[in-house]
Amino acid sequence: MGAKVYRALPGFRLSLGFALMYMSLLVLIPLAGCVIKASSMTWDDFWITVTDEHAVAAYKLSFSVALIAGLINAVFGLLAAWVLVRYDFPGRKLLDGLVDLPLALPTAVAGLTFRTLFISDGWYGKYLGFLEPEGSVGHWFGPHGWFGRNVATLDVRAHDGPFAIVLVLVFVGIPFVIRSLQPVLAEFEAELEEAAAILGASRWQTFRHVILPALLPAWLTGFALAYARGLGEYGSVIFVASNIPGETQIPPLIIVKQLQQFKYEQAAAIAIVLLFFSLLTLLFINLLERWSRRYDPAR
Amino acid sequence: MLSNHAANQRIIRKDPLLLRALLIGFTFLFLGFMVVGPTLNVLYQAFYLGWDVFAAALMRPDVHSAFRVTLIAAFFAVAFNMTFGLAAAWAIARFHFRGKALLTALIDLPFSVSPIIAGLIFVLLFGTYGYFGPFLKDTLGLQIIFALPGIILATMFVTFPFVARELIPVMEALGPEEEEASRTLGASAWQMFWYITLPNIKWGLLYGVLLCNARAVGEFGAVNVVSGRIPGKTETLPVSIERIYEGLSEEAAASAFAVATLLVAMALVTLVLKTFLEWKTLNDLKASQKEAAKDAA
Repeated sequence: MGAKVYRALPGFRLSLGFALMYMSLLVLIPLAGCVIKASSMTWDDFWITVTDEHAVAAYKLSFSVALIAGLINAVFGLLAAWVLVRYDFPGRKLLDGLVDLPLALPTAVAGLTFRTLFISDGWYGKYLGFLEPEGSVGHWFGPHGWFGRNVATLDVRAHDGPFAIVLVLVFVGIPFVIRSLQPVLAEFEAELEEAAAILGASRWQTFRHVILPALLPAWLTGFALAYARGLGEYGSVIFVASNIPGETQIPPLIIVKQLQQFKYEQAAAIAIVLLFFSLLTLLFINLLERWSRRYDPAR
Repeated sequence: MLSNHAANQRIIRKDPLLLRALLIGFTFLFLGFMVVGPTLNVLYQAFYLGWDVFAAALMRPDVHSAFRVTLIAAFFAVAFNMTFGLAAAWAIARFHFRGKALLTALIDLPFSVSPIIAGLIFVLLFGTYGYFGPFLKDTLGLQIIFALPGIILATMFVTFPFVARELIPVMEALGPEEEEASRTLGASAWQMFWYITLPNIKWGLLYGVLLCNARAVGEFGAVNVVSGRIPGKTETLPVSIERIYEGLSEEAAASAFAVATLLVAMALVTLVLKTFLEWKTLNDLKASQKEAAKDAA
């Protein structure tokens, strides 16, 4: 390794050796196996598999629902983080603790409970009849409604389809934006706001031109984390997506289907595409974190 | 996390009362609808058909088996990933070597891999038509996929980063001085680890173990792919919930939710412990800062 051990501490070789071996056996070699499997296909076969009509529809669905859920979390998460850090009110600590519940709750349980919340006699579904295709709002999006005729027909029933997927992805993504923003907001120096106020800035101007720029890297990081989580999410989504190819099928469901038919190469090919996109997101997050250190005087 | 809460009460930082009330109300609504409502709904649905159905669901032999498989998988995942986390954190936080940044980045890799892919890669290696599957089965009689070892492997993969990524910053913040001192005073490597390192990192270590365990118990996608989902044999609790729910009767739904309450209970315990550990770490940090200030004076 060309290691330069300059401290009198023991165990460098042992700890690094074990860590590298364990990581190789459990993570790197199995992932490499997936790449090798996919590369045993010809390029044409690979390309046909990954650009299959249903596969492309699945990527599009996955990207768009993860994006919408990420944006919703970015907006609501900013407001919630602001409230949890800046304001003092009864129940603040409890709310703050609840933010982590989506991380601790198994995703299958989340999917299960969301599925029954939005069915027509569920706790929320009871009051959402207007979203049904015959409902007062839902019919706008149907084939005879204004939106349906002029833009696109959408089924906005909330228990089974893209809207339901967005809702569960908002649930699983809640902690990321809030937890990214909280430390930055808490460390933000009051003097900067005071200076802005003394120089005649309104509260909104202070927020827009002083606070928001400092929050931006953490905000984007939180958004990207929530988005990445939404891209790979499976457990909660399958409970609310009906797995109709080209409509409500997310890419992981295609992989599962191909595995069931013993089409290992094809499954590996789709997996490679997903891995590529999640590595791209990871790279983006790393660049953001590097960027955010610009503002950190301690480094 | 909210160390300078007092600073937030400064006059200049006070938003108008109406805005404050509006935003606080909004936060209650958002978290209420998205987090509290769905969680309470699990309890409501579990007891929808009464106590008897709830109790019967928890007494089913397939649920007991799923409970046991879940505990075994979580135990191995925690044990292995804790060992890895200690080793990786020691190497990364105490030594300089080439490729350190790359190693640190690679530790997070499993977080960005979809759980389905985590399952898939082990099927490709050890499945019936996989690279090593036939060999292991014919020569050693060892079945990995559609059996317990596969479930353990997949769970280990998805929970791989948790302990390491909690420990690395803790160890870096602590610095090597106390450990070096113990070595100059003649402590063996083992004594140094047992009497200096471990007591210093214990809360961070427990924190990582807690998160690792929560994810291991709740993992669904990866286990779903490798387990073969044989009721009473290779199901974990989350996987059994889906199968029971697919019974599509009112009783099946209530039973699935009854099993889900076990996982909700676990999640709530995890949250309470997590808050406790965060408070403990913060207190320890404050105490050591106070001591450092005293030494300086």
